[in-house]
Amino acid sequence: MTSYWQHYPHDADIGIRGFGASLASAFEQAAVALTAVSADPGKVREKESVIIKCNNADPELLFTDWINSIIYEMAVRKMLFSGFKVDINGAKLIAEISGEQVDILRHQPAVEIKGATFTTLKVIQNSDLEWMVQTVVDV
Amino acid sequence: MNLNYFVQKSETAWQINPKGNMRVPAIIYADQGLIEAMDEKVYEQITNVATLPGIVNAAYAMPDAHWGYGFPIGGVAAFDPDEGGVISAGGVGFDISCGVRAIHTGLTKQDILPVKQKLADKLALDIPAGLGSTGVINIPIHEMDKMLKGGAKWALKRGWGENADLHRTEEQGCMSGAEPGEVSERAKKRQHREMGTLGSGNHYLEVQYVEQVCHEKIANGYGLREGDVIVSIHCGSRGLGHQIGTEFLRSMAMAANKYNILLPDRELACAPINSPLGQSYLGAMRAAINCALANRQILTHLTREVFSRVLPESRLSVLYDVSHNTCKVESHIINGKKMNVYIHRKGATRAFGPGHPDIPKELRPYGQPVLIGGSMGTCSYILAGTEESEKRAFSSACHGAGRAMSRHQAKRQWRGSVLLKELESKGILIRSPSMRGVAEEAPGAYKDVNEVVDAADKAGLAHKVAKLSPLICIKG
Repeated sequence: MTSYWQHYPHDADIGIRGFGASLASAFEQAAVALTAVSADPGKVREKESVIIKCNNADPELLFTDWINSIIYEMAVRKMLFSGFKVDINGAKLIAEISGEQVDILRHQPAVEIKGATFTTLKVIQNSDLEWMVQTVVDV
Repeated sequence: MNLNYFVQKSETAWQINPKGNMRVPAIIYADQGLIEAMDEKVYEQITNVATLPGIVNAAYAMPDAHWGYGFPIGGVAAFDPDEGGVISAGGVGFDISCGVRAIHTGLTKQDILPVKQKLADKLALDIPAGLGSTGVINIPIHEMDKMLKGGAKWALKRGWGENADLHRTEEQGCMSGAEPGEVSERAKKRQHREMGTLGSGNHYLEVQYVEQVCHEKIANGYGLREGDVIVSIHCGSRGLGHQIGTEFLRSMAMAANKYNILLPDRELACAPINSPLGQSYLGAMRAAINCALANRQILTHLTREVFSRVLPESRLSVLYDVSHNTCKVESHIINGKKMNVYIHRKGATRAFGPGHPDIPKELRPYGQPVLIGGSMGTCSYILAGTEESEKRAFSSACHGAGRAMSRHQAKRQWRGSVLLKELESKGILIRSPSMRGVAEEAPGAYKDVNEVVDAADKAGLAHKVAKLSPLICIKG
């Protein structure tokens, strides 16, 4: 199956959703959806990398930990990310994320993201071939 | 929303009687039109709030209520610590102490018009706004704890304000009980370069004029006349508050079982007030309130500097500063008894009535100013707390218009550059680093703030005092 991402509506905020053949792939796609909340991921160059590590036995909390870790790196480094390589082994996640410093003119960033909520939070295996992860992020 | 869910108590009060695990009723204040248009999720969320331990009287929703996380935006609930009452990170929100500061300028609309373009450009240059922006003031890490303890008072000591500013700020500009030690290093690091920044989304700095006085006596008491120019600043505790919200939402969700709290939904994550986690959150949240107060104080200082250069005759004095995402200990009469309860207001504004001791003395006869932000290009309001509001919803009122349309829909419907021209033709100058951001914040994406404010007035939550219209809007 193809990996892909979606946004879904929420009154004040925005839902991010990732699909993939593996849990890791769905996490990667949800991260692209996260960047797309603020800017076009296609315009974000992969110039610098950051390593992210999370540990949570609850898959849903592992997902929000992952999303919140990216939000944190975006905030403190003033960066946007477009490249995501995720490896998940049980409760442990290790990822390399790549991106560049925010360029206001080129990226035209819309909203900054405050954090991942638990609203509509789901980590689901639809079939052997597809995982779906989603949550609403506060903007 | 389906009207059959409710027992209609008055033209503007709609009650959901307890059922299932609800410990108290839920009451929504709105007129019929607003309640019919309200998201079904508000019903779900406010009835969930009514199931939480130690809740007092009822769970309330304001006329601008909409789907939030855990609590609805526009939700108000009080908890009694002696009855196992809880504190909820989702009941405050990620943007802790987000609020509005309204500032008199001593100018009229006629004074602004000849220099409007110049003023807009200078404000856009000097007020950091938008994703990726950094504050002109970098706080060394060792100074951070002093800021978290001192709030706007700390900012004054650094030379960014006047004593009179504190007098017109909730908590006199400094929230007591703040515990910087409960704030993580990550939260402090996230704030390091964000002091004195507006943020993005619905946050703004607006130059507005009083288009209409709705209540002559109170407007006089607040020093407002038709044509007067006001600056309104809407923002909160920035990255520090966002990180605290993120971390405690997670900790509370993971600890719910330990505290035997049955959550109808994980997003209602909370902890008993009288628990180590509850106390830890309280200390950190109060530190974030101080961060927001300091942030709005620094932005006031930056605004004064711009005005003094462009309009040297201006005299910027704070009318009032009030937050709408907080949990505060307040004394209220409940079942004829005076009680100290923990009031969560998430997207709801405190609205103390006339005579309340926490209102600055000279404003006390009129009730506390309640500052209602509109959306970009539409009007804002100044309201006043009423005596009845105490009985209605622990002295609380609405906070803004509330979105009617998702960001995605708005982006498809409007183009930022076209919107900018349309608003300019109406005399409103928008300055924003992002055209996509402008499209997502299109005035048409929000509910009609006039309807929300009329409903709040009719419900007795707050009196309408003055309607403000924008001249310049600085958006993130």
